[in-house]
Amino acid sequence: MAEPVIRVVGLGKSYATAAGLFPALKGVDLEVRPGEYIAIMGPSGSGKSTFMNLLGCLDTPSIGDYYLAGENVAHMAKDALAILRNRTLGFVFQGFNLLPRMSLQDNVALPLVYAGADKESRRAAARELLDKVGLGKYAESLPNRISGGQQQRVAIARALVNKPRLILADEPTGNLDSHTSEEIMRLFGELNAEGITIVLVTHEPDIAAHAKRQVKFLDGQIVSDHLTGQAA
Amino acid sequence: MLKAMLSEAWLAMGANRLRTALTMLGMVIGVGAVVIMMAIGQGAQYAVQQTISTMGSNLFIVLSGSFTTAGVRSGSAGAPTLNVADGAAIAELDGVSNVAPTHQGTRQLVYGSQNWSSQVIGTTPEYLDARAWNIVNGAGFGDSDVRSATRVALIGKTVAQNLFGDDDPVGKTMRIQQNPFMVIGVLGSKGQNLDGRDQDDTVIIPLSTAQRKVFGTPFLGSVRMIMVQADSAENMPRVMESVTSLLRQRHRLREGMPDDFFMRNLSAAAESEAETTRTMSILLGAIASISLLVGGIGIMNIMLVSVTERTREIGIRMAIGARQKDILTQFLLEAVMISFAGCLLGLLLGLAIALGINAFTGMVVVISGSAALVAFAVAATVGIFFGWYPARKAAQLDPIEALRYQ
Ligand SMILES: Nc1ncnc2c1ncn2[C@@H]1O[C@H](COP(=O)(O)OP(=O)(O)OP(=O)(O)O)[C@@H](O)[C@H]1O
Ligand SMILES: [Mg+2]
Repeated sequence: MAEPVIRVVGLGKSYATAAGLFPALKGVDLEVRPGEYIAIMGPSGSGKSTFMNLLGCLDTPSIGDYYLAGENVAHMAKDALAILRNRTLGFVFQGFNLLPRMSLQDNVALPLVYAGADKESRRAAARELLDKVGLGKYAESLPNRISGGQQQRVAIARALVNKPRLILADEPTGNLDSHTSEEIMRLFGELNAEGITIVLVTHEPDIAAHAKRQVKFLDGQIVSDHLTGQAA
Repeated sequence: MLKAMLSEAWLAMGANRLRTALTMLGMVIGVGAVVIMMAIGQGAQYAVQQTISTMGSNLFIVLSGSFTTAGVRSGSAGAPTLNVADGAAIAELDGVSNVAPTHQGTRQLVYGSQNWSSQVIGTTPEYLDARAWNIVNGAGFGDSDVRSATRVALIGKTVAQNLFGDDDPVGKTMRIQQNPFMVIGVLGSKGQNLDGRDQDDTVIIPLSTAQRKVFGTPFLGSVRMIMVQADSAENMPRVMESVTSLLRQRHRLREGMPDDFFMRNLSAAAESEAETTRTMSILLGAIASISLLVGGIGIMNIMLVSVTERTREIGIRMAIGARQKDILTQFLLEAVMISFAGCLLGLLLGLAIALGINAFTGMVVVISGSAALVAFAVAATVGIFFGWYPARKAAQLDPIEALRYQ
């Protein structure tokens, strides 16, 4: 069997609050293998976003280990984490998080700037991905000129631009209507078919049904983990 | 990478044009002030230096003072206490290189239908040596002219222009106090002296001729002033002392009696004037630097506001892989660009105003490349210094906190 893309062992995160330490995540174990497509579900406040932020190297755990592509990143320095965010994974947010003053093409190309790519290859890669998500003709537009669903496609294109093997998405369809959500999920399905590993969070069973595996959270712990009908 | 960041910094500056412009204005005024103040300060220094170099070096003058006869003190308007023989005696002293007794006053000059009022100096040929004054056209007079009181004159550039216009003055005859004088030479230009007098508005004639024909002194051979040049700056105090004791001895002043002459060290006066302008120009520069500092603080202020406003943007950039140094560079670059652009405009503004001051007031301004270079170095330093703290604040943000910021 292939080495897991993600392996977390006893992962925990506590937040300091006025009432003392609040354990949002209480010792989670999970393995994600290359090519998997996982939907994380669970009620509000169950720790899904906390978990995703740890997986996305945006935050560091209070306890436990996180092996990303075989490397323990739980205690890595800030800049090393930045490089992982840049090269190893792509993160898609609920609120799109595009930079409003930049054209779509520049938004998509931005991770390449931090990767040190030259201008021509940045432009070419951004164009290619905008075409792939069907927005090539809006390359020079600003984000506020296009719809939410289109903005999320651009955000996905941005997540893909450094050719990561892993895409993490925290409620990517949370701000979209059901029709647009379906389109986004179709895009994720295509990406997974190309071999990209996907972990996404959603509240909606319809959305989760697109994934091959469902993991349920409750009170900071995994309470169920099973394959869906999509898993062939 | 740097190119991409530069164009991003440019975009960010363009995103809030008015604010960028106002921030820049602080730098424009600061740098402009520094440039203007340096131009004026260096100009003043240059002017003084110029004057000092035209004055002649290691000079002092002995002036005829009051003397007391039977309890009646006569002022310097009375009979002069110095005479030509005093001058000759001073010339014998060690360390004295030139001695020139002089008698001067303002007289009307007439040539043809032109007339012009000018300073007339009666003196000996040594005067020109002491003042390092050359003759650009014609020749000077000699000791024989002084002995036989010939009516020859050397004229300054201003006199030549006003009296003779385009004509060559050498060989022409002009009148001073009805007496015809032949112009035998034109003096080199010296410009203004320390008091702002035009030194080229001068006529120099032999001392004896001046006393007999022009000033009509009742006491022949006596003079109001003797100019003395020491052979070196170190020898000045010693020479002045020996002149004092020589004159007291010659004038038969007993112990306890006051001097009947006084001395003025021209070179020391010039030096102190130079020192004054140096101090003034440093002071002007310091005052101008304060406005540069204020400009820098303005940049820091705006960068801090900008970092807060763009917290979410910083979070997004970090989420897609910006390292701390990338964020730091981005904000530092913005600060330095504002500072540089402000500096460039300030430089141009400062130059324009300095040239304007020169054109409208005639004040000497010196615009040096080093001043511009200093202004640029300062602007870069100000940008980095005042941009550093906000940029570091941005770079140290936590990605998750920054992303949550609304
Ligand atoms: N920065 C924080 N400081 C303190 N408590 C926090 C912080 N972030 C999250 N929490 C708490 O941790 C718990 C888990 O939050 P988390 O955002 O992971 O939930 P979630 O499963 O993503 O919920 P939702 O479905 O509403 O997005 C919640 O009770 C939340 O209040
Ligand atoms: Mg959440």
